[in-house]
Amino acid sequence: MFITVAGEKKEVKDGLTVTELIAQEDVETPQYVTVSVNDDFIDQKDFENYALKEGDSVEFLYFMGGGR
Amino acid sequence: MAFTNDQLERYSRHIILKEVGAKGQKKLLNSSVLIIGAGGLGSPAALYLAAAGVGTIGIADADEVDLSNLQRQIIHATKDVGKPKVLSAKESMEAINPDVTVKTYQTFVDSETIMDLIKDYDFIIDGTDNFPAKFLINDACVMAKKPFSHAGILRFQGQLMTYVPGEGPCYRCVFKDPPPKDAVPTCKQAGVIGAMGGVIGSLQAMEAIKYILGVGDLLTGYLLTYDALTMEFRKIKLPQHVKNCPVCGEHPTITELIDYEQAECDGVL
Repeated sequence: MFITVAGEKKEVKDGLTVTELIAQEDVETPQYVTVSVNDDFIDQKDFENYALKEGDSVEFLYFMGGGR
Repeated sequence: MAFTNDQLERYSRHIILKEVGAKGQKKLLNSSVLIIGAGGLGSPAALYLAAAGVGTIGIADADEVDLSNLQRQIIHATKDVGKPKVLSAKESMEAINPDVTVKTYQTFVDSETIMDLIKDYDFIIDGTDNFPAKFLINDACVMAKKPFSHAGILRFQGQLMTYVPGEGPCYRCVFKDPPPKDAVPTCKQAGVIGAMGGVIGSLQAMEAIKYILGVGDLLTGYLLTYDALTMEFRKIKLPQHVKNCPVCGEHPTITELIDYEQAECDGVL
């Protein structure tokens, strides 16, 4: 199936979970990333069981603490 | 209040814009913005807001200028090393524009001081470098119903979002709690390209100016991310309303300000 990850269309295996996608995408500090699917946030505790569907759009939002 | 001839000339490129005009320029002159952190983000934000004629600019920072700041904190100069950042910032802003009243707060921003600090300002800019301060500013602005611009920078990346009360998610809707100390890298540990503060801090000034003028679309409900290496800007849509947000949701569980523990390697405000 095809999903969109951070604006890029990608082919992934059917039923890929958010946890699997995080591993596949090599997300930095995966335990502190915020994930949205189709503009809705997914609870961290649901990552493991959340199966993505064809056409889903996934965004990773990262902590960025710098400024001075 | 009529413009002086000097003001007509100084602000001519603003006044000629249909979105600003004489009316908008007066709005700017009558407005007030508080910048928390006189560093990488706060420097360009403060300089542009002063140049734009924002009438009252508050600047809060407890630190003194350090040589390692000058790679990015362009409001300070080599001669300022050792001087309180707020004083150095005030001098730079006043040198650019005598129309501006600069109020300095050489103080730690914490749960005791922040409400008093933000109460008289129209818009707040978060130019801090640590999560305890970023969450504190968010919570205080939500509680005091103040609009603010959040931003963060790291390495070759930056991001920002704008909170306006009642018009979209707050920072805590996106990031529920500060990460534990040292769990995510800081600029001091991981570095930051100096011009990143220039890009993102200038965008924060732009959001403040648009808010004051009431023109265009703000970054409410969006996180704008910038990757300098790929030269990509992305405007990521956020949920419009996060019902279970602990501070701005339907049943807030955070009703008092929290002083989170400061990461040891960070500078404190």
